[in-house]
Amino acid sequence: MGEMIKIGMADLNACKYPGALTTLGLGSCVGIALYDPSTKVGGMAHIMLPDSTKIRKNENHAKFADTGIDELIKQMISLGANKHNLVAKIAGGAQMFAFTSNNDMLRIGDRNVEATKAKLSSLGIRVIGEDTGLNYGRTIEFYTETGDLLIKSVGKPIKTI
Amino acid sequence: MDLEHIDNMHFDVLKEIGNIGAGNATTALSQLINSKVDMKVPVVDLLEFRDLPDTVGGAETIVVGILLTLDGDIDGMMMFMLDEESAHHLVDMIVGKKTDGSNEFTEMDLSALNEIGNIIAGAYLSSLSALTNMRISASVPYMSIDMAGAILSVPAIEFGKIGDKALLIQSQFCEDDDEVNGYFILIPTLDSYGKIMSSLGL
Repeated sequence: MGEMIKIGMADLNACKYPGALTTLGLGSCVGIALYDPSTKVGGMAHIMLPDSTKIRKNENHAKFADTGIDELIKQMISLGANKHNLVAKIAGGAQMFAFTSNNDMLRIGDRNVEATKAKLSSLGIRVIGEDTGLNYGRTIEFYTETGDLLIKSVGKPIKTI
Repeated sequence: MDLEHIDNMHFDVLKEIGNIGAGNATTALSQLINSKVDMKVPVVDLLEFRDLPDTVGGAETIVVGILLTLDGDIDGMMMFMLDEESAHHLVDMIVGKKTDGSNEFTEMDLSALNEIGNIIAGAYLSSLSALTNMRISASVPYMSIDMAGAILSVPAIEFGKIGDKALLIQSQFCEDDDEVNGYFILIPTLDSYGKIMSSLGL
């Protein structure tokens, strides 16, 4: 296995085989792993919000599902990926607190997941694996060798999608 | 009002707010467990999102997070975080049982933790309210025990709507023998932050 690149909150990065990518402690944010199996180029984004057009301060592309995915694809293409080969695996979008009040915060995890899927589908990228929603945090690791996405949660067995 | 351009005077005021709020909360906690609790000098920080989990020991550190949403004159969130060991210690002191070294929280432990969060967040907020002469109402406490990164994603997303950094007013406290470590994090919305400042004549 090659180097493991760490992705922070509102951050993204891409790498080639044998590199790997990880993001720690995903909560309501969504981790998006894109992969081109033919060139073994992988990319990961840790997005916080669904839609850059709803927010005035939107310079950081990695913060949003829409602009984050565009930016990630751009970086992957520059590493030799073919856009038409890309497939996606996504994780996160949990609701960490059981809010009962009628508040915007309530469904942010779900909205992040919905926006991510809508953006991917508009680009013709298939979601081939998903572990989203519910009420717990996730650490994810993505391996360019196999395209496997490992998901670790507190008190749960490791899951591979 | 722009979070990226806060000057030193504003930082000092926020520190003082953290100091007074946490001071009150620490007293409440001290009475609750009938033991001396010390407070460290509060830290006010404007942090990049990716650096946020490091303030509580890293993204994968298991913590107990108790979150209250605020409304009234001040909108935002108040979060009280304890590392897992501290939470066990605190609960054991309150429930009056010997620490059994188990990692599991019982139903009773959880409800005690929730109540602790409620009492000390209430003490923090009532002093903030008295200081600024503003009405602050808090929701019921919501609790989550999970990785710090995942728990902090909730306030981080709120900050993400207005900028690329998070403003933390963080106060740490510790009990006599250093077995309890906790953090208060006050997260006012941008508007509320301005209101707090102007209520203090700034």
